[in-house]
Amino acid sequence: MDKIKCECGHVNPEGTVLCEACGKPVERNQHIDGNDKTKLLNMRYEGSARRSQTYNRSIVDKIWNFFSSVKVGVWLIVLALIASGLGTIYPQEMYIPAEAVNRDPAVFYEASYGLLGKIYYQLGLHNLYSSWWYMILIALIGISLVICSIDRFVPLHRALKNQQPKRHSNFLSRQRLYSLSENVSEDEREVVIDRLKKQRYKIMNKDGNILAEKNRFSRWGPYVNHIGLIIILLAAILRMTPFLFLDDYIWVREGEQKVIPSTDGDYYIKNNRFILETYDEDDEKFQAAMEQKGELTHKNYQTDVVISKVVGEKITGVEPELEKVTEGSIQMNKPLKFDGYTLYQSGFQENEFSSMTFKVYDVNDEDETSLGEVKVENLMSPEKTYTLDNGIEVHLNKYYPDYEMDNGEPRSVSKFPRNPAFVFEITDPDTGKKEISFLGIGKNIDATGENQYKLGIVDFEMHYVSGLTVRKDYTLPFFVVGAAIFMIGVIQGMYWQHRRVWINPEGDGIAMAAHTNKNWFGLKKDIEKAIENTNIKMVVDQEERERKEQEEQEA
Amino acid sequence: MGTNNIDKKQNKKKKRYMFRFIVLVILLAAVGYALYFNLTADKDIYEEGDQAPDFQLTQINENNEVESIRLSDLKGKGVMLNFWATYCKPCEAEMPYMEDLYPQYEDDIEIVAVSLDASELVIHQFIDKYNLTFPILHDTKSDVMDLYGVGPIPSTYFIDAEGKIVEVVAGALTLETLEEKFQMIAPN
Repeated sequence: MDKIKCECGHVNPEGTVLCEACGKPVERNQHIDGNDKTKLLNMRYEGSARRSQTYNRSIVDKIWNFFSSVKVGVWLIVLALIASGLGTIYPQEMYIPAEAVNRDPAVFYEASYGLLGKIYYQLGLHNLYSSWWYMILIALIGISLVICSIDRFVPLHRALKNQQPKRHSNFLSRQRLYSLSENVSEDEREVVIDRLKKQRYKIMNKDGNILAEKNRFSRWGPYVNHIGLIIILLAAILRMTPFLFLDDYIWVREGEQKVIPSTDGDYYIKNNRFILETYDEDDEKFQAAMEQKGELTHKNYQTDVVISKVVGEKITGVEPELEKVTEGSIQMNKPLKFDGYTLYQSGFQENEFSSMTFKVYDVNDEDETSLGEVKVENLMSPEKTYTLDNGIEVHLNKYYPDYEMDNGEPRSVSKFPRNPAFVFEITDPDTGKKEISFLGIGKNIDATGENQYKLGIVDFEMHYVSGLTVRKDYTLPFFVVGAAIFMIGVIQGMYWQHRRVWINPEGDGIAMAAHTNKNWFGLKKDIEKAIENTNIKMVVDQEERERKEQEEQEA
Repeated sequence: MGTNNIDKKQNKKKKRYMFRFIVLVILLAAVGYALYFNLTADKDIYEEGDQAPDFQLTQINENNEVESIRLSDLKGKGVMLNFWATYCKPCEAEMPYMEDLYPQYEDDIEIVAVSLDASELVIHQFIDKYNLTFPILHDTKSDVMDLYGVGPIPSTYFIDAEGKIVEVVAGALTLETLEEKFQMIAPN
């Protein structure tokens, strides 16, 4: 391994662009940062040797070098972007519509999208986001992130630690801010150093060579930021562990008790009632806002629930022996917690009937006087037979919870009583004659036209269905820590700038150069303040000058 | 002095090699962990080759004399475990085929049709319409549906005499494919 010995005596690692100690450009490496083509020096990573560009020996080094390339990292990101895009062309497997003739992906894609669909399926794009190669691609980005960071942090840290106040004149004159002043007295120099100190610069003095530096920590911002990102990535990996994270959803009706999904059938939930409160429309405070909106504004969504746990032997399907774990109200932003699970109020439906009451009356009675009432109690699962006080028997022959006409035939489109319809059979107690009536919302049909009795809806009740998110998440703290570190890194790099001023004696005067990673205006202000009323010339912004010259030439 | 320098250099190289090696191993382990959990995450939903999880439900078809069915008691027979509901059209389409084949295969195969309906009344309505004779179970609390992770219906599991899932069919079956599967799971 060839080390590079600079004329200042410092030995630099192979691949160094600017000497770590004095900054003198290493002649044969100027192409690396493109300094050979420009007047000013590229100060990226202080011109330190990024090892990846130098060694290439063992297999470990080769893998390392591959991932340490930012170019590779960018390509990985581009590939991931393209792949993610491909996955959106046709629906993913889990989004194959339920009403599809055949949901088998081997059939569905070809049947729906033809040859392209078949290719899509055969390439495995129907399951892209959980495919091994996609996950590996994302993982490679993570690896690239880690190795790129290490590979740049280490030499940068080294270079900043090793820097010397005395810099090579070539280094100084090729900085963006530079000036050469003659006849500068010792006192004037002291004044400048003092003023820089007052502006919180740290002064390094070696044989009259001065380096004034402040906010070096800002250079670590990107690396702190990457550490945050890596923690977030690790947290995302932890999320895949079912023990640490689960996310599910349950719809539960008022009065209904059912198993909580994703709990291995261990827990049951009973919805005692759902409350939907709105703001008082008579209250002046809310009136204006509600008028503007044109509807009542919801104030509270609440589900009162009882959570129970299965005790004893568990055979799925058999009525389990339950023991109450907890009960309480779930409101927006006030979840219910039990045994590591959390239930959040996440939705509701108010489109289901819970009961309907009908009265039976004589067809010929103009007053429609009730001969008795039939109350169908539970429209989710109604009773079949109802006997009225006067002996009339009513049978619920056919029931359609969510009625719809389909090719002239009544059928139900779901199991939920959203639009219940009934076929009742009424038996006259005296004659034993049976009659059929069809009833639904806005429908009352006598099939034969010869019925003696008629039914009419007199009352109904509705129930709410509450939507709850079931979640277990032990990974959240990792995300919080990761995000916090991420933000600290951003702030560190954004709101502070690493400013450096070199003052080296040059004859009976001084050479002054300065560098910062951003906010050059601020740095110039600092220098202006420091050299006020001295013989030292203000630094010239060489980049700006060059640009102006170019503009003039073009004009 | 010269050898000392070379020693130092080699020491440094060794150190760097170890550092890179350890970092790569840690990263690889993290990726392996992520892949392993992701590719096994779907295991909650039972698939071909898995043992069919056990359950017990009340049988409600009056045309069938069985009172309740526990899946594990059916070992020795092939089982067609069908998840369906009265409001589901493709389910309705395949029911007559099941009824057609049932008498012929009854000795070797049990059809277990688990209804996800809420109301028993509508199930009876449906049974009467198609004169079904095979056992119909009513999953009133969605327990079995949750156990098998059933999403859209119909979903059918063909289980062999040892209780192992041989095939899972998402979507409706035709008479031919149904008979094919029956022959596949029938013992002997």
